[in-house]
Amino acid sequence: MSARITWATALRVLTQLRRDPRTIALLLGVPPFLLALLKGAFDQDPESFQRVGGPLVGLFPFTTMFVVTSITMLRERTTGTLERLMSLPLAKLDLLFGYGIAFALVAVVQASVTSAVAFGLLGLDVVGSTAAVVALAVGNALLGMSLGLFVSAFARTEFQAVQFMPAIVFPQLLLCGLFVARDKMAGVLQAASDAMPLTYAFEALQSVTTMGSLGSRGALDVSVIAGATLLFLALGAATLRRRTP
Amino acid sequence: MRQEERNRGGGAAAIGVSDLRVRRGGHEILHDLGFGVAAGRVTGLLGPSGCGKTTLMRAIVGVQIVESGRIEVLGRPAGAAELRSRIGYVTQAPSVYRDLSVRENLRYFARVLGVPRGRIEEAIETVALGEQADQVVSSLSGGQSARVSLATALLGEPEVLVLDEPTVGLDPVLRRDLWGTFRSLAAEGTTLLVSSHVMDEAEHCDELLLMREGDLLAASSPRALRERTGRERLDEAFLALIEAGEGPA
Repeated sequence: MSARITWATALRVLTQLRRDPRTIALLLGVPPFLLALLKGAFDQDPESFQRVGGPLVGLFPFTTMFVVTSITMLRERTTGTLERLMSLPLAKLDLLFGYGIAFALVAVVQASVTSAVAFGLLGLDVVGSTAAVVALAVGNALLGMSLGLFVSAFARTEFQAVQFMPAIVFPQLLLCGLFVARDKMAGVLQAASDAMPLTYAFEALQSVTTMGSLGSRGALDVSVIAGATLLFLALGAATLRRRTP
Repeated sequence: MRQEERNRGGGAAAIGVSDLRVRRGGHEILHDLGFGVAAGRVTGLLGPSGCGKTTLMRAIVGVQIVESGRIEVLGRPAGAAELRSRIGYVTQAPSVYRDLSVRENLRYFARVLGVPRGRIEEAIETVALGEQADQVVSSLSGGQSARVSLATALLGEPEVLVLDEPTVGLDPVLRRDLWGTFRSLAAEGTTLLVSSHVMDEAEHCDELLLMREGDLLAASSPRALRERTGRERLDEAFLALIEAGEGPA
């Protein structure tokens, strides 16, 4: 591994993003817009808006980084740049960590803008510090990035990669406890949600926004998020091949 | 120092291939190929589309899974980690970031290779893209994008350059200039393996490898090929070889 190459890769990914202002506008604008919609939708039920809105601030980066990373990685594969990189003196971890640094920085900006709008303009309350929400958001962004990196190996086209969003992200969002408390779900689904990393991400965010701290399961939540990120990164690294058929 | 070493080694084999067999998708693409590529020379790999040129080049660079056989590059097995900074490979389709400018692409690859910044401008000049240096690659023509890809491979001044159809679709003046560049690189000691499906390109090469349907028809210099077949034009000489059904030279 080389710090020089890792950093160069992070800069390159950020430069590519900078060349695409519309994507930046969508990355930064869509989460606040959706929260504003949610506020209006829960007009008669502000309590529910409080319950769902806070954690959502930290969950948006998971979904966006999942999509952005899987498409970016797919492009590296289909345009031959990945093959070129694999024939150069670059370690696989240089590439993966380079992506990690770039998207973590984007997540910091995205989560900061979203929380400023949510907790400032939209009247969402957070019992804990907003910095803790942003920190969890960055962790979730890295989780989404590593998952996106891994699943991009199974997509041949951008159409397929985009479909992984409803296939892999939506079930986790539905079962993580955001819509229905997990103890009220069918037993099978409750067990399934135990195996989904986003469940722990939601739990941590819920604790911080409603109780002000990570709570008794905080250590478990944070270790599952970190562990799952490392697991998907390792699986993702295994899909990067120097030699191909 | 490095230069002297290169010149001294001129004529020795920079690439050695023996009994190479490659299968892709259940089909055997390369059948027991064996040949050597001389150091410091321009070797042309010629043959019709689909004859296995790209597969062979990928095997030499070490990105192709091979069935059996041996490939040595600069005395090391193909694909060895220490070769990654000593071989430059240019794929047929330009493999650069289309959403970055020419200079941004080169800056990134220069950082990956750890070469000084000055190399970026030199490489841009070599492929004559000075005016387009700050243009995004997606706004360039196909031939210009191909030259960005070539410039990327030149950055690290590799000892072996493997170029897959580098002159396809280029303007004749530019094509002539690029062959001039290849010749001067070889004069400085670089080993070049250049593929083409157009026989007139064979004229620019010191040595030729003629391929057809995964077999090597001949490995010789253009002059020896003419003498052997009695044909002046190289495309006719190629045809004569096929008709004579000759095995590997």
